[in-house]
Amino acid sequence: MTASAAIVGSGNIGTDLMYKLQRSADIEPRWMIGVDPESTGLKLAAEQGLEASAEGVDWLLAQDELPDIVFEATSAYVHVRNAPRYREAGIRAIDLTPAARGPYVIPPVNLDAHLDEWNVNMVTCGGQATIPMVYAVSRIVGVDYAEIVATVASKSAGPGTRQNIDEFTRTTSNAVEVLGGAAKGKAIIILNPAEPPLLMRDTIFCSIPADADTEAITASIHEVVADVKAYVPGYALTAEPQFDPPEPGETTGRVGIFVEVEGAGDFLPPYAGNLDIMTAAATQVGNRMAQHHHAEQKAPA
Amino acid sequence: MDLTGTLPRTFSDTLDVRVTDTCLRDGSHAKRHQFTEQNVRDIVAAVDDAGMPVIEVTHGDGLGGSSYNYGKSLVDERVLMKAAVDTATKAKIAALMLPGLGTKDDIKAIHDIGVSIVRIATHCTEADISEQHFALAREIGLETGGFLMMAHTISPAALAAQARIMADAGCQCVYVVDSAGAMILDDASERVAAVVAELGDDAQVGFHGHENLSLSLANTIAAIQAGAVQVDGSTRRFGAGSGNTSCEAIAAVTERIGINTGLDVLKMIDAAEDVVRPVMDEECVLDRLSMIMGYAGVYSSFLKHAFRASERYGVSGADILLECGNRKLVGGQEDQIIQIAAEMAAEQRARVA
Repeated sequence: MTASAAIVGSGNIGTDLMYKLQRSADIEPRWMIGVDPESTGLKLAAEQGLEASAEGVDWLLAQDELPDIVFEATSAYVHVRNAPRYREAGIRAIDLTPAARGPYVIPPVNLDAHLDEWNVNMVTCGGQATIPMVYAVSRIVGVDYAEIVATVASKSAGPGTRQNIDEFTRTTSNAVEVLGGAAKGKAIIILNPAEPPLLMRDTIFCSIPADADTEAITASIHEVVADVKAYVPGYALTAEPQFDPPEPGETTGRVGIFVEVEGAGDFLPPYAGNLDIMTAAATQVGNRMAQHHHAEQKAPA
Repeated sequence: MDLTGTLPRTFSDTLDVRVTDTCLRDGSHAKRHQFTEQNVRDIVAAVDDAGMPVIEVTHGDGLGGSSYNYGKSLVDERVLMKAAVDTATKAKIAALMLPGLGTKDDIKAIHDIGVSIVRIATHCTEADISEQHFALAREIGLETGGFLMMAHTISPAALAAQARIMADAGCQCVYVVDSAGAMILDDASERVAAVVAELGDDAQVGFHGHENLSLSLANTIAAIQAGAVQVDGSTRRFGAGSGNTSCEAIAAVTERIGINTGLDVLKMIDAAEDVVRPVMDEECVLDRLSMIMGYAGVYSSFLKHAFRASERYGVSGADILLECGNRKLVGGQEDQIIQIAAEMAAEQRARVA
């Protein structure tokens, strides 16, 4: 049995997600909800056989049949308003905005941790791309401080991302601590308008003890890169991890990790790896929830 | 030059052009973010006494800039800003912030410290990421400026459209920012004129120059003649790359051509020599790397990072900067300098092997 799903938000992320969910064995995307009748995402959804409505969440919640899972791809502000309504209607929400109403999920770190929650949050695209690396370091040595720099092509940052830029930095830096395992986290996002658009590039800096086992850290990083690659094939290191000894006056050294994310090109072209890593991660979580949900239903029989 | 009646003077009844001294912000790059409270007190006292109307104090990369990527501050920038606010008798204290790095929380915090102007900077094509920050700043009563960085990379018309976004969001003065020091005279005046034409009385227009092609002062005067009413300088040119427009030179030249900035030329010259120079680790000069930045159109604050990476990885700093230009990096992408240097070092090893 598959779980039915609605995508709320017909922008870049929602549309890219639709193509991924269509390939899922566990989820059937049935509805695409937007607010603009002229939206490209709604038109594409209708072409793909989804029920597309520009009348927003009110329309969705007024239907006789409701989805098992809703994927929220609007903005942080909108999700804050929608979240309690999904809960009242008994719909599980996977939140792709930085609203952070529910616990964070990053597949290589805690894919199975919150399958019974009514609302889980996918952090941010930058968080999905970088926090696995912080985790790879912090599971080997103590990380007092981690900092991530995410650079995305301007064309891949829609109005939601632009209006939510503070939420991006706050939610990402918080998740660097909560899931990444750093005592203190910091996040920086940069939009680059270069033409042709650049692939998403991310840099992750972690403080490490002066006597850290750098070989063990490097091995852990490569392992987690492979974990991410399993659901985002275009995720790759662009250089070997760079280790620096403590600066004068400091007690900790530093590792610098450089990754690039080439997207699958489902909706926007491959430069938009930031969309890809977010929607691929959300699909992973949706699949696990659907499998779990399915098992729950079968158990009493 | 008669400018009477042609300029909106919301900042003053008497000044034709208002100068902001950014040596305690842009100079933070040159100082590798190692300013002390005493440095700030000394410089603010000197230029305030010389009539400097606005002094900007922040980490070089703006609020929250202290980081691995941009360099850690020796002293918390809020402590430095507080010292500046406490020291200034007439000057207003300004702070810079870049959305994506700083947040609205930082803007609230500087307001509480007593900073009175916030300047919000985006890459010149990305003005719409600043809207929530301008709205908050105006709501809490801060004066606002907007920086359109790397403005040499887009056309005057495209720049004017971005300036409109900032002005509509609550920006009171949009600056044409020549972050790379790559503009040559008409580049500056055409961009300023286009923004002036777009904004009319809705917001003022400013100019921020760098010296990397030895044209910062000439560009600044060209900008004023094209309608800029606020301009940035740094005393002793203390800034990123080969530094900013010299404040003491702005004072002298504007006086000679009859533009009132309120600056005391001789006091500015003394402040530059006696107070600012001793704080600098070295003069900001037009050397190989900084000239390459102007020539290749590279963000000026990459200079020290490229220099460090060239030493760490044993590769050419000039080649690193040229590659930054090739990759069309924008302000803030200092992390990519390490990556470029590491790649170059790997290529060098491959060639030797």
